[in-house]
Amino acid sequence: MKYAGLLVMPAGFFLTIAAILLFSAPAPRAAFVLCGLAVEGLGLAVAVRGHMEARGGSRP
Amino acid sequence: MTPPLPAAPVLTEAFFALTLALLFLAPLAIAGVALINTGLGRSRSAAQSLLGNLAILAVAAIVFALAGATFAGAPGAAGHSFQLAGKSWNWLGAGPLFLGGLGSAQPQTQLALLFEFLAVALAAIIPWGSGADRLRLTAGCATAAVLAAIVFPLAVHWIWGGGWLAQLGDQFGLGAGFVDGGGAATVHLLGGLSALAVVWIAGPRRGKFPREGLSTALPGHNAVYVLFGCLLALVGWLAWNVAGAVLFLHAPLAALPVTAVNTLLSASGAIAATFAVTRIRFGKPDASLCANGWLTGLVASTACAGLVTSGQALFVGIVAGIVTPFMVEVLELALSIDDPSGAVTVHAVGGLWGLLAAGLFAPLPGQLVAQLVGIATLLGLVLPLVYLLFWLLNRVVPFRVDPDGERIGMDLHELGGGAYPDFVIHRDESYR
Repeated sequence: MKYAGLLVMPAGFFLTIAAILLFSAPAPRAAFVLCGLAVEGLGLAVAVRGHMEARGGSRP
Repeated sequence: MTPPLPAAPVLTEAFFALTLALLFLAPLAIAGVALINTGLGRSRSAAQSLLGNLAILAVAAIVFALAGATFAGAPGAAGHSFQLAGKSWNWLGAGPLFLGGLGSAQPQTQLALLFEFLAVALAAIIPWGSGADRLRLTAGCATAAVLAAIVFPLAVHWIWGGGWLAQLGDQFGLGAGFVDGGGAATVHLLGGLSALAVVWIAGPRRGKFPREGLSTALPGHNAVYVLFGCLLALVGWLAWNVAGAVLFLHAPLAALPVTAVNTLLSASGAIAATFAVTRIRFGKPDASLCANGWLTGLVASTACAGLVTSGQALFVGIVAGIVTPFMVEVLELALSIDDPSGAVTVHAVGGLWGLLAAGLFAPLPGQLVAQLVGIATLLGLVLPLVYLLFWLLNRVVPFRVDPDGERIGMDLHELGGGAYPDFVIHRDESYR
């Protein structure tokens, strides 16, 4: 699960790159950059969740 | 290869001397962080911790000289690039090998390189503090080598070396491009994310998260080290931010005292806010959290001290100081992240907030989006890359000490002697 989250994060990065390439108007560009960051946040949340589950299973 | 970019304005002799003098003071920031790392660890690992800071600094400097500086490049120098959607993406520096021609390079190029040497050392010791009490010395040095050879040079080239993030303004009309005068991204965000990767891979300290109940408090062994480290860090940070403003923001002479004042105000606002929050929540101010708050304020100032007004710098610091104790608590209690030095909060979250604030308060249109793209790059590309590299490294050089070593302490296990031979050092069993 942690690895899945870490794999999602670059997808958010590529979304931000797509945003600055595809949109020239400030509003949609900013909105899509924020969407990219949201995807990264989602990936980070999944990775953290995976870390917590792994930690819970190996507590002494 | 891309053609060389327009170089920064040539430094006058006075500016050169001033910046060089500031860079001689900047290592105090590293000394402060090293002292804080040591003080927040346990007494039975103190010598290993401080020796580790020195060893990591040395390894980072050597590896950066041998390999990293080539990929980092310099502003105005040539770099490797590719074409995408009609734009040139300068992604890797193409500097001379082994610092060739350094003596004949332009003065600002030499100063920028010295700044980068200090920056890589600071970035590399940040994860060391998070891995305190269980990270082996060789593993700390290996992580420093990976950061100095691969990850740090990439970030430096993109941001300070005229790479694609620095060119967001010219190519896409996003303000002045991604702006990071003092290294909030290249040093602190990178260091903080590396700390998160180290903590994830090494795991928590023994007994930190027992099966029953909440996490166990493992307080730092010397609050005096920690608080004196904060004072040392202030001197280093003042020099660091002003030198960064000269080198990477091309600030005029009149803007330099304001940059220093903003640095101080950000740190002051942060510690005042953390003091108040911990006083209200716990009944008494918490020394280690206040130290973390102070450092978070300094970290946030690295991104924006040269760009904002003094009132805005104070606001940045206050927000950083309010966020710090809550983030430390969330990471430990809710997310099971055992980070003894608080590096993930201080450096990653503080750096993020500073970079965001630089975009929020900058007068240029599009600057906020440029800052968000830079943050997305560090978070979305660099964190997975660092985690992957450290995960592979852990297969070759195991990060974590064996259970017996952790029980007797890193000093005895790795160095054969303790930092405080005249004092009784408590083992885990003493607390039970």
